[in-house]
Amino acid sequence: MTTLQPPVAAEPRPAPPPARRDRRSWTGWGFIGPFVAVFALVFLAPIAYSIYLSLYRNQLIGGNSFVGLDNYKLALQDDQFWASLGRVSLFLCVQVPIMLGIALLVALALDSGRLYGKSFFRITIFLPYAVPAVVATLMWGFMYGTEYGLVGDINQAFGVTLPDPLSPDLVLASIGNIVTWEFVGYNMLIFYSALRVIPHSLYEAAEIDGAGQFRVITAIKLPAIRGALVIATIFSIIGSFQLFNEPNILRKLARNAITTDYTPNFYTYSLSFNGQQHNYSATVAIIMGLITMVIAYAVQLRGMRKGA
Amino acid sequence: MRRTTGRLLRGLALLSTLALGATACGGSDDDSGQKAVSAGDIQTALKKGGTVNVWAWEPTLKSVAADFEKKYPKVKINLVSERSGDKHYTALSNAISAEKGVPDVAQVEYFALGQYALTKGLTDLAPFGADKLASKYSPGPWNAVSEDKAVYGLPMDAGPMALFYNKKIFDKYKVAVPTTWDEYVEAARKLHKADPKVFIAADAGDAGLTTSLLWQAGARPYKVDGTNVEINFADPAAKKYTDTWQKLIDGKLLAPINGWTDDWYKGLGDGTLATLPSGAWMPANFVTGVPQAKGDWRAAPMPAWTKGDKASTENGGSSLTLPALGKNKELAYAFVKYANAEDGVQTRVKQGAFPATTADLQSTEFQNTKFDYFGGQQANKIFAESAANVADDWSYLPFQQYANSIFNDTVGKAYISGTKLTAGLKAWQDASIKYGKEQGFTVK
Repeated sequence: MTTLQPPVAAEPRPAPPPARRDRRSWTGWGFIGPFVAVFALVFLAPIAYSIYLSLYRNQLIGGNSFVGLDNYKLALQDDQFWASLGRVSLFLCVQVPIMLGIALLVALALDSGRLYGKSFFRITIFLPYAVPAVVATLMWGFMYGTEYGLVGDINQAFGVTLPDPLSPDLVLASIGNIVTWEFVGYNMLIFYSALRVIPHSLYEAAEIDGAGQFRVITAIKLPAIRGALVIATIFSIIGSFQLFNEPNILRKLARNAITTDYTPNFYTYSLSFNGQQHNYSATVAIIMGLITMVIAYAVQLRGMRKGA
Repeated sequence: MRRTTGRLLRGLALLSTLALGATACGGSDDDSGQKAVSAGDIQTALKKGGTVNVWAWEPTLKSVAADFEKKYPKVKINLVSERSGDKHYTALSNAISAEKGVPDVAQVEYFALGQYALTKGLTDLAPFGADKLASKYSPGPWNAVSEDKAVYGLPMDAGPMALFYNKKIFDKYKVAVPTTWDEYVEAARKLHKADPKVFIAADAGDAGLTTSLLWQAGARPYKVDGTNVEINFADPAAKKYTDTWQKLIDGKLLAPINGWTDDWYKGLGDGTLATLPSGAWMPANFVTGVPQAKGDWRAAPMPAWTKGDKASTENGGSSLTLPALGKNKELAYAFVKYANAEDGVQTRVKQGAFPATTADLQSTEFQNTKFDYFGGQQANKIFAESAANVADDWSYLPFQQYANSIFNDTVGKAYISGTKLTAGLKAWQDASIKYGKEQGFTVK
C-alpha cells in the first residue's frame, strides 16, 4: 500500500574508500569507548598493577626489589595457601550441593502450584538474601554464642550441652549454615524464573500421555532449567572461593578456630593489612583468580556440553 | 577484531608502564642529617602560626588541642580521631609509603614504635631537646620511646598493670584475693567449684596479655639490636608463666570470651568474671562499659610470680610522634610537648588519663583521687606503685604488629585443643622468625 520514496541520490558520492573505512572505525570506537575506558580503569588497570606488584618484593629492611617469578614459586610451595584452598574446596563440595538442592526443591514446590500462600513463601525464602552478609553473620554469630547466645540459652533451658558451633571442628559447618541461609533464596529465584518460562503446552501434553508429577520433573522441568543450574553452580563456586565476610566477622568470636589464613581471600587480606606484604598478597590473589577461572570454565564446558 | 585486540594490548602496555613509572618515583630519602632546633626557633614558629594535622584517638586530646589553640591563637590543631588501633596503623603506613597525606603528629602505641622508628618513618626528637626530658617520665615508657640517643616520641600515657577483681564475688565465696599467681590458680579452682558459672578471668588468647605476663615473670623473649633480632620463648622465666597458665587452661578455669566483645562486658558486669588483669587505663572503660557493676570492683597489685616479688609490668600505653614526612615540625613538636610534658598533662589527668610523667604520678592530689566506681578506693596509689616497679629492659619486636596478628593462629591452638602452651609459643616464635627473615632482618 504505502510506497516508500526511494532515496534520491543527488550526485554520486565522491568519498574515496580508505577515508570511509577510517571514519567507520572511529564510529565504532565512539560506541565502545565509554565501556573500554571504564573497563580499562576498573578492571584491566588493577590486574596489570597486581601483576606488576607480584614481580617485586618490598622488605622492611632492604626496600623494594625486582624478584621476577620468586613470589609465584613461594606461593606454589606455601602450605598456608594450599591449606586454605583445601578448606574452601571442602566447603564447596559440601555446602554448594546442599544449598542448590534446597533451592531446587523450594523452586519446584513453588512451581508445582499446589502450595498455599505461594507468594508469601517466595518472599520469605528470598528475604535473607536482602540482609547484608555482614549483618547476617553478626546475627548468626550471636545465636551461635554458648555463653550468652541462643545456643547458651537452649543449653540452660533444657539442661543439655550442645556442641559449640564456633569450635574448630564445627566452625566451617557453621559458616556453611550461614551461607546456605543467605543464598538459598537467591538461587531459588534463578531456578524459579527458569521454571516459569517452560511452555504450559508441554505439561498438557505430559498429562495427556499420563505422566505423573515426578516424571514431569525429571523429563521436562530439570532438562529445561539446565542452563540455570549451571549458572547457579558457577556463581556458587566463585562465591565459595571468595569466602571472606563470614569468617572475617565470626573471627571476632572465634579467634583461635578461624586463623588468619582460613580462606584464600582472608589470607591475602591478612598478608596485605597485617604483614604489609602487598607483593606476595597480589601473587596469591592472581593464582587464586586463575584457579577459580579454570574451575568455573571447566564446569561451564561440562554443563553446556551435556545440555547440547 | 584483530586490530582491536592489538590496540587493547597496546593500551594495556601503556597502563602498566604508567603504573611502573608511578611506583618507581618512590624511595628517595634525603633528610638524614638533622639540625638542632632551639627553643627560640620553636617560639618564632609559634608566633608565625600554621596548621598541625594530628592523628590520635586518645579522647582527652580534644580539650588539650582547644587549650593549645587558645594559648597560641595563630596555630590551628586539626585533630583526626576516628581511627584507632589497626585501622590507624594501616592508614599511617599507607600514607607513609605513598608519601602523601602524612600527618604532622601521630599517636603510636609503644609496641608499634619499633617498626616505624626502624623504617625511618619517624622524626628523631632529640635535636628538638626531647632528650633532656628523660627525667620527667617513668622509666618504662621512656625506655619504650628512646633508643640509644634517639627519641622517637613523647610518652602520652602508661599502662602499669593491676589486678581488677570483683569484690562481691570474692566475699560471697569467702575466697582471699590472690597475691601470687599460685594463689590465683587456687582461687580460680575454689570459685569455679563454688559456682561453675564463675571463672577467674576471661582469656581466649591475647597477645598483649601474654607478652605482659612474660614481661612480669622476667622473660625477655625479644632481643632487638637494630636489624638483629633474637626471638626465644624457652627461658626459665617464661616457664613460670607457661606452667601456671597451662594449669588454668587445663582446668578450664578461664572463660573462653574474647576481650572487648559484648559477652566480655556482660561477663564483667554479671559476676561471671571474677578478675581482670589489665592496664591502669582500664577504670574509664569500667565506668562506661560496665556501669551495672559499679561498686563491685576493686583494684589490687598484680599477683607476684614468687612471693614478695614486687616486679610489675605494662599493658598498652602510647606516645605522640612526628612522622618523618610530616610538615611544620617545630609547631608539631610544640604541641606534643604541651600535651605530654607541660600543661596538657594536667588537663588529661583530670579527664581520667593515666600519665607517664613522674611528677604527676607522685602528686598527692593524683594519689588521693577516690574512684566512685571502685567504692571510693584510692586506686591510683596501686597504679603508681605498679608503675614504679616496672622493669625497664623489655623490648618488643620491630614487627610486633604482625606478630600479634598471628598470635591466635599459633598460641591460640593451646586454648582450644590438646596443644601445650609451650608448643604454641614455639610455633609463634617460628612464624615470627620466618616473617622477620622475609622482611630482611637477621633473626636468630
